[in-house]
Amino acid sequence: MSDYKDYLTRQVMLGKMNRREFLGRAAALGIAASTANTLFATSAAAQEPKRGGHLKLGLEGAAATDSKDPAKALSQFLFVVVRTWGDLLVESHPTTGAPVPALAESWEPSADAATWTFTIRKGVKFHDGKELTVEDVVKTLQRHTDDKSESGALGVMKSIKEIKADGGKLVLTLTEGNADLPLLLSDYHLVIQPNGGMDNPDAMVGTGPYKVASFEPGVRATFERNQDDWRTDRGYVDSVELIAMNDATARIAALSSGQVHFINRIDPKTVSLLKRAPTVEILNTSGRGHYVFIMHCNTAPFDNNDLRMALKLAMDRETMVQRILGGYGKIGNDFPINDTYALFPEGIEQRVYDPDKAAFHYKKSGHSGPVLLRTSDVAFPGAVDAAVLYQESAKKAGIEIEVKREPGDGYWTNVWNAQPFCTSYWGGRPTQDQMYSTAYLSNADWNDTRFQREDFDKLLLQARSELDEAKRKDMYRTLAMMVRDEGGVILPMFNDFVNASTKQVKGYVHDIGNDMSNGYVATRVWLDA
Amino acid sequence: MESGPITGPVLTDGAAGDTHPRSAELSGVPAKPNPATGELGGTFWRRFVFRRPLVALILQRLGLSVGLLFAVSLMIFGGIEALPGDFATTYLGQSATPQAVENIRKDLGLDRPWSERYLSWLGGAVQGDFGTSWASKNSVSEQIGKRLGNSLFLAFFAALISVPLAVGLGMLAVQFRNRLPDKIINVISLAAISLPEFFIGYLLIMFFAVQLGVATFPATVYDSMTFTERLSAIALPVATLVLVVLAHMMRMTRAAILNVMSSAYVETAELKGLGTFRIIARHAAPNAVAPVINVIALNLAYLVVGVVVVEVVFVYPGMGQYMVDAVTVRDMPVVQACGLIFAAFYIFLNMAADILAILANPRLRHPR
Repeated sequence: MSDYKDYLTRQVMLGKMNRREFLGRAAALGIAASTANTLFATSAAAQEPKRGGHLKLGLEGAAATDSKDPAKALSQFLFVVVRTWGDLLVESHPTTGAPVPALAESWEPSADAATWTFTIRKGVKFHDGKELTVEDVVKTLQRHTDDKSESGALGVMKSIKEIKADGGKLVLTLTEGNADLPLLLSDYHLVIQPNGGMDNPDAMVGTGPYKVASFEPGVRATFERNQDDWRTDRGYVDSVELIAMNDATARIAALSSGQVHFINRIDPKTVSLLKRAPTVEILNTSGRGHYVFIMHCNTAPFDNNDLRMALKLAMDRETMVQRILGGYGKIGNDFPINDTYALFPEGIEQRVYDPDKAAFHYKKSGHSGPVLLRTSDVAFPGAVDAAVLYQESAKKAGIEIEVKREPGDGYWTNVWNAQPFCTSYWGGRPTQDQMYSTAYLSNADWNDTRFQREDFDKLLLQARSELDEAKRKDMYRTLAMMVRDEGGVILPMFNDFVNASTKQVKGYVHDIGNDMSNGYVATRVWLDA
Repeated sequence: MESGPITGPVLTDGAAGDTHPRSAELSGVPAKPNPATGELGGTFWRRFVFRRPLVALILQRLGLSVGLLFAVSLMIFGGIEALPGDFATTYLGQSATPQAVENIRKDLGLDRPWSERYLSWLGGAVQGDFGTSWASKNSVSEQIGKRLGNSLFLAFFAALISVPLAVGLGMLAVQFRNRLPDKIINVISLAAISLPEFFIGYLLIMFFAVQLGVATFPATVYDSMTFTERLSAIALPVATLVLVVLAHMMRMTRAAILNVMSSAYVETAELKGLGTFRIIARHAAPNAVAPVINVIALNLAYLVVGVVVVEVVFVYPGMGQYMVDAVTVRDMPVVQACGLIFAAFYIFLNMAADILAILANPRLRHPR
């Protein structure tokens, strides 16, 4: 019961529950009305952020090879580093995923969604005291669009044809219409830097809530509060320290001994152990990342849709989520989109484990003999176990799966996107369009299922420039159905982001955008003494 | 003159090498040089070996080490070439586009033949320049300087505690041979060596950091730390390392001294009525030095280059962690530099051990 009370209290603190609802639920728990009233008051008061303190985070994913240039930020650690000192033009809403203004105050598309005009916020200062201008924004985007750049956002940016300043405004011209452009600009590489970082990409000067005090790659990064921050709803602690901890046990030890306030990447297998510590709170957030079993649609025997369907039906999704994710995840439905995306197509029937139907399709496919599945622990945590589980559930449908364990070294070069049937994961993308364009468009670089259909491509491009939301949602539904019923992807589960903090940490926002409150963890939480 | 073929003029030619066959054999130099090509250098070297066998041996050992280092550099380079996967794709991961991959490969000159890249790398390395890291674009030498400093700092304190402790405990064990103290020392050290180092590390963290809250964890060190803060940060990793290397050195000391203890001159000392500890310290230990030095050198090398696991567990920014990071993204210049430095440490410490063992050998110190 106290767990549930904690949960209610937390909902109030997050502003997700009002007084009436809270009192109703508390009464159901048998809590007296006067007690509940006080409880609500304290919970609501706790919502008031406190300022001050030194926040320490122990994070996985740092390496001595880490770059200071946001264009080359790739690790989990750098993701948070960049979010802490830099700002973007557009951010995504933590719960709806819709674009919200940041350094761009507002934006306006042309009728065909191919030309976009952004109004840039005035009176924002960089950490070095210089004022933000449209020129800085133009230069930043140009740097990330340059073919020679090693920017992680290059793929996102290549549809931009022209970047120019028009008075105080930024005008972007695209090669084709794209209704999602604002969200694309929320890519975390696109931090606005003075003069676009052309002079010194490694300077770590931005407009964010914290200034970089020190940065030692693979060791630690420290930050001090930016007193001139243009926003007041963030940056509550005085200073932040990010410590690189690549060993999972070290992170857990550091958290339970109170040496750090927050850690990321907790193995689902250890969550129940960590939960026992009285000072620790588990923070799990639904995400867009998903674990997949990919088949090449153009390679025998997977070029037969009946065989693909049989293999999809032979997957026991519930067991996968329970065993591989420890319950910290949601079941998938064989298309790469879940309800964390805007315009998610609702009402598509959930595919379930059905050995009989699988056997029917398997027989119809005319295939016989074992199916070779390649896997490795680097594909996703627990991938080898998942493959063996799958082997078992498929056996009941009369399908023999041969599991081959590949070396983790070179898995992404030699197996993934090269072999016809293997395990892999996807990190999710800000928009449905981007997810499909990256992995399901016929000519996509990472079309790892070799899914090639002209009608799919055409519809995807149409949906991209469609500004009418209802029409667009309908199109996305059709696209999802194509991938679900004819694609080469078996998608059993979406994994939660599992982090943990001490109970001192308040105000954690469960952001569907990405892990660690979409990287904003250090700027959004405060410390309760 | 048929009576004296031995002293005959026929054999005097080129017989110089035969005059002192034993010393020539000892140095490993062929006893008979070719008289036809008998260059000046060869003769000089033979004379030198004869007069100063000790210096010659040491010089030879030094030369061998340098040669070995070159061979190792070739192996490191070849080994890395043979690794599956390449930097560009590994580094960019799933967010890579073929365009970006192509850019990186061209940028780094990966399209050049490997022999050309090896030579230019070796040329730089000889001058202490290991190039720039592919991933972070920083100078490798500069980064390694800091990391190596951290590693040496840790290794130094671990050695400072473990070496005297191991030798002392070894001598103690001999003195109380087969009695309770000997048995306790043996059991504890065997237990410590049987546990994997990460496990010892976790146990120490659990007791001293999580439960008692007396030790500093994580052991991250950084520039702005004071010396005492640093010492407190490395307390747990040093304790782990001491436990890991102690048993090895202790048992070797014990075995070597026991070996000497059975010799005749120790018996004489005993008959003279000297105390056991005096016999061990003054008479047995100096003669057991060579094998002990060898074990210590190996363990010292381990303390510098083999502590990757300890560094990861304690989040200590040393060389091991640096190399692991670099291997995961295939950052070749860093991997090569680390490999070469590690090899140099091993070779140097082994060489030092050999030279010390040579110096400790009275038969070589006083040639007749």
